[in-house]
Amino acid sequence: MTDSYVPLLFLLGLGGAFALVSVGLSLVVGPKRYNRAKMEAYECGIQPTPHAAGGGRVPIKYYLTAMLFIIFDIESVFLYPFAVAFNSLGLFALVEMVLFIVTVFVAYAYVWRRGGLEWD
Amino acid sequence: MISPLQSIGAVALPAVEGPVADFSDTPMWLSLVKALLIFVYLLISTLLVIWFERRIIGRMQQRPGPNRNGPFGLLQTLADGMKSMFKEDIAPAAADKFIFTLAPLIAATMAFVSFGIMPFGDKAYMFGHLTPLQLTDAPVAVLLVLAVASVGVYGIILAGWSSGSTYPLLGGLRSTAQVISYEIAMGLSLVAVFIMSGSMSTSSIVAAQNGTASWWFIVAAFPSFLVYLVTMVGETNRLPFDLAEGEGEIVGGFHTEYGSMRFAMFFLAEYINMFTVAALATTMFLGGWQAPPFIAAINDGMFNAGWWGVLWFTLKVWSFMFFFVWLRGSLPRVRYDQFMRFGWKLLIPLTLGWVVLVSFMRAAAQGWFGTGTVVTILGRGLSLATIVVMAVVLVLLFIVAYFIDQRGEQPSATAPPDEIDPFAGGYPVPPLPGQTLREPDRRIPAVEASTLTAKEETRG
Repeated sequence: MTDSYVPLLFLLGLGGAFALVSVGLSLVVGPKRYNRAKMEAYECGIQPTPHAAGGGRVPIKYYLTAMLFIIFDIESVFLYPFAVAFNSLGLFALVEMVLFIVTVFVAYAYVWRRGGLEWD
Repeated sequence: MISPLQSIGAVALPAVEGPVADFSDTPMWLSLVKALLIFVYLLISTLLVIWFERRIIGRMQQRPGPNRNGPFGLLQTLADGMKSMFKEDIAPAAADKFIFTLAPLIAATMAFVSFGIMPFGDKAYMFGHLTPLQLTDAPVAVLLVLAVASVGVYGIILAGWSSGSTYPLLGGLRSTAQVISYEIAMGLSLVAVFIMSGSMSTSSIVAAQNGTASWWFIVAAFPSFLVYLVTMVGETNRLPFDLAEGEGEIVGGFHTEYGSMRFAMFFLAEYINMFTVAALATTMFLGGWQAPPFIAAINDGMFNAGWWGVLWFTLKVWSFMFFFVWLRGSLPRVRYDQFMRFGWKLLIPLTLGWVVLVSFMRAAAQGWFGTGTVVTILGRGLSLATIVVMAVVLVLLFIVAYFIDQRGEQPSATAPPDEIDPFAGGYPVPPLPGQTLREPDRRIPAVEASTLTAKEETRG
């Protein structure tokens, strides 16, 4: 059974080796001319703003999106086994799954009404 | 109605069926050869598709596109790749050097893996072994594609974070939020296909679309296909959803600080990801490697066997590539809030509703709601199944109507005036559609007019 995953490691290895070799080779064959201005962060015509350690503050919206993602991704993951075994599970599982979707939908409607999906 | 509840204890959960593809005659060394072939296939496809994109975009913009290096400019991408190889690889002083190098490696490596489960064709002889033209398959193969795509997101977020610069950080966050938001709708759009095929293994899904069991799922699951089509563009950060690279706002997005081969790795990953989502769409909705029906009918399925599958698969994938390019040539970039609203408020509820509808239709087709006629309206017998499905549709419609109604309560903006003075605010303002411009005062003082004409004359 695990044998079927081993070939994926071949592909992973090939891809990884290719990426490593290309990046490594460019480090070797590329020119190196040090220039302090070149090492500064990109900015268009003005002095770059000093970058806060650890990335600085991040808009809360992204954090919220990540949390919502977990809710709905888990939901779709739960739907997968149900979908695959649909024929053999019968009516009981169908009702059960509709109840599950309704439950998540309540959370969804709540988030929507509280403005969690608004992006300003 | 009691029986299903009682029977759930009696019916043991079914064992997960293995994939249709039979790998019993495939030694490990052959898998390695196949992995190598897929790797080369992807690299060549990427080289070609970048040229293809630039040529098509060129034609759409009435210019020839790259045509100097090699026949028809075919070697342009190779030349570009070599050029970036010989460029200095710099990292900003504020960057986290290790993560900064690791991010493009993650992105490029992960891009290759998903193709391992894509079925390129039926069984064929390779070095004396009868083996499926597919690297490997698993009962949860499609889940693997989604998982690998999720790991690929790390490349984006780490690149943005480690650059130590403002624009990459913002671009990385945007890009990540975009990819994970559209991953939900993408995952949900595939559920309908899983219900119809009863499997998550790619070879079984292709086999389920062979025409006898069901025709290609693009017909039966058309709404899913539409949603997938939108999400696959959002997932790969392509126009019109390439918000991570909005030049006017955040420069190059997460790869602003990258150059040389490290940048090329992101570029490569983006194009291979395009191939991955296109190949998944082909497998899920377009019958995978199977020939179009009228060609498949020729000579008892001659063109449907063996190596022919690779041709059909490639053709189908490239038609998606053309779709990507076409979008890029036609549509402007959408705004970020519009993009997120579209994903969260339309695609997700729509797809969820569609999944519920599909499962009810499927259950009705199985006869779980009974097959007999319950009521007769206007001389037509309605079975319980039809009534249940209609009820579900009605409930879904009510929910949609409720939310549309909510939106209608927002105060509408005051209508703009019919005529505007373009210079009222001190700088020129373009008119909205339907508005007319008040003609500016044409009487120019005599002195100014003479100097103006004098200037015009000296300018020639």
